[in-house]
This record gives sequence, C-alpha cells and structure tokens, in this order.
Amino acid sequence: MLDISIAYNRYKFLGNEFLTWLWFTIEKEPETISFPDKEPVSMETGNRIVLVKKINDIDESVTIKGDDAGLEEGMLALGKGSIVTELNLLLKSNNQQWRFTIKGESFNISGIKVPESGPAESKKDIEGIVIEKAYLYERIFLILDNLFKKFIKLRLSSEWNHDVLPLIKKWIKE
Amino acid sequence: MSLLSSTASITRYRVDGKIESNLLETIYTGLKEQMIPEIEDASEKMAGWTSFDNPFNPNFEGSSFSIGTYLIFSLRIDKKTIPPKIIKKYYAIEINKRLKESGREYLSRQEQKMAKDHVINVLALRIPATPNIYDLIWNYEESALWFFSNLKAANEELEDLFFKSFKLNLVRLFPYTMAHFADGLSDSEVDSLNHLQPAGFF
Repeated sequence: MLDISIAYNRYKFLGNEFLTWLWFTIEKEPETISFPDKEPVSMETGNRIVLVKKINDIDESVTIKGDDAGLEEGMLALGKGSIVTELNLLLKSNNQQWRFTIKGESFNISGIKVPESGPAESKKDIEGIVIEKAYLYERIFLILDNLFKKFIKLRLSSEWNHDVLPLIKKWIKE
Repeated sequence: MSLLSSTASITRYRVDGKIESNLLETIYTGLKEQMIPEIEDASEKMAGWTSFDNPFNPNFEGSSFSIGTYLIFSLRIDKKTIPPKIIKKYYAIEINKRLKESGREYLSRQEQKMAKDHVINVLALRIPATPNIYDLIWNYEESALWFFSNLKAANEELEDLFFKSFKLNLVRLFPYTMAHFADGLSDSEVDSLNHLQPAGFF
C-alpha cells in the first residue's frame, strides 16, 4: 500500500469520481442501488451539491443548495468540466429515512441524521439506544461500501472506458 | 460530538492488527493509563480517554465500555483559550510593574518575552479549560472504528492516543484505502489502482 499521506492527495479524484458516478447512478440506474442484505432502499440526492472545476490549478467551486438541489445548475456545471466533490444524500428504507453529506476527497460523512430512536429512561435503555444507533449508522456504511465496491470494480475494468464513461458523458450532455 | 446527538459527523477507520490476549483487560488498561487527567494544570491542552456515559467522571471499571458487540468510549480534549485582548491587558500591566521595579525605561526583548510567558502561565492557571468530547464506536470483530468528528486536530489526537494506548494503528478510510481494502480485488486490479489517472467526464 502507498504511503497514506501521498495516497490521500494523489487519489482525491477517485472519491470525486465516485460521487459523480453515484449521482449518475441515482438518476439513471436507481434499481442497482441496494443493501448487501437486499433490504429495499431508495437513494436520492439531497439538499446540497458542491462541484469543483480546476482552472490553471485553481479550484473554482459551485455550491447548489435547497431541496431541489441538483439537476439544472449541477448538470450545467458538469457540462463545463466540473466534478462533484460533496453530495448530500437521502436514503429511504422501510419507512425510515437517513440524510447525510459525503465528501469525495476524504469520504468524511457529516450532517448525519438517522431515524429517531425511542427515549432513554434508564441505563439499560441507553445501552439499547446506543446499539440501535450503531445499527442505523452502519446501514449508511453498508450501502456506501457496497456502491463503492461496485464503482471501483467498474473503474478498474475496461468496461469503464467502453461502457460507463460514454453513458455518463451522454447523461451530462442530455 | 456525540453518537446520541440528533446530527453527527463520522470519520471511519480500519484498525490494523488484533490484541493478542485478554481483550477487555487490555482495553481497560489502555484506557486507564491514558485517561484524561482529573486535575487541571497550566497546560494549554490536555487529552485523554473518558467514559461515553459519564465524560466528566470517567470510570472504566466492570468493562463499562463494552456495549453489545461494540467497545464504546470517548476522547476528551480540554483546551485553554486565553483571549488575546486579556493577554495584551495583563502583559501591559506586567511590563509597567517590571519597569517600575527596575527603575529602567525599557526592557530587553528577552525580558519582554519572559514577562509575556509569565502572564500566559498565570492566566492559564486561572482560566478553566474548555472540554470537547468525541465519542467512538469500535467494532473489534470487524476491525472497524467510527470516530464522531471530522475535525483534523481531533482525528490526529485520536490516532496518536489510540496507538499509545493499544499499540494498534488506525488507518483512515478515504478513497484510496477504501479501494485498497475492498474485497475481491485481483492483483491486476490493485496494479491498475496504483497507476490510475483521473477520468475526465466531459
């Protein structure tokens, strides 16, 4: 494995490409998004997208906020050569809802809101809530890991250049 | 930030290695040895482990940090922040006092520095440290750790303290490490990863 600090800087693009691919997948192939245990799930872009375009080594960033964040302005920015660097996502499964923001370069996750747990009245209750919360956080990681694994397999295969990239380019131009 | 907060931020790690024997006893010893000190001194910053459910009165007895299949405890960083205007005020008072005592008109650069250090030390003893508490969940079996903060300084403190306490390295999960640890990558895929260049979507 490469040195961690070198790898972090060198592969920032990989996380940003993943988020761009993820947005494409949400829009065009939503049925392929799943939990490893096949629990039904839907994923939507949430209320914030940050895109960055590099011009002469300087980052020019566009932030789109609001509940209808996304399509028009975001697609326009993608069409001009920007890439997604931060994406707010909404997960829905079994009448429960998760919301969080993921950053491409670090995969840091922030603003996480998981479905509510019941109130705690005793120490035993707190233990139960902690276990429930841990389970709810883990659901986010399970789906992200599943998606990233799919992405990285594609990204490292010849299928990426032959099939996936042309489809993403076509989607951006639509 | 707390794992029970309504909104959370998480940095994910992979724990590199395993504890050879007496898991809970080893964790207990590591936590106890690097527990946040109870008594404040003049240090600008103090950091150590604390209990998740009682961060101002840490107690790791009875494996209280073990909940279900998880190990749950918190990193506490107590930091003293002295407002610059307070330092400026007391520094001016101290300089005047020293000039008066010595009967001179000026203090040398070295004497001014000593006066400033003295003022900061005295103020640091009087001003209480602000505590910041960051929870963590360690899934030992899965070698996974979730740290409830994205702050760089807090994450660096965690990585250092974790190694000092348990002699295990934490590897931060970001795109390259996630790809590297992904199940089922063949040798040729790992080789492709190591030579990968940005794609260009337009």
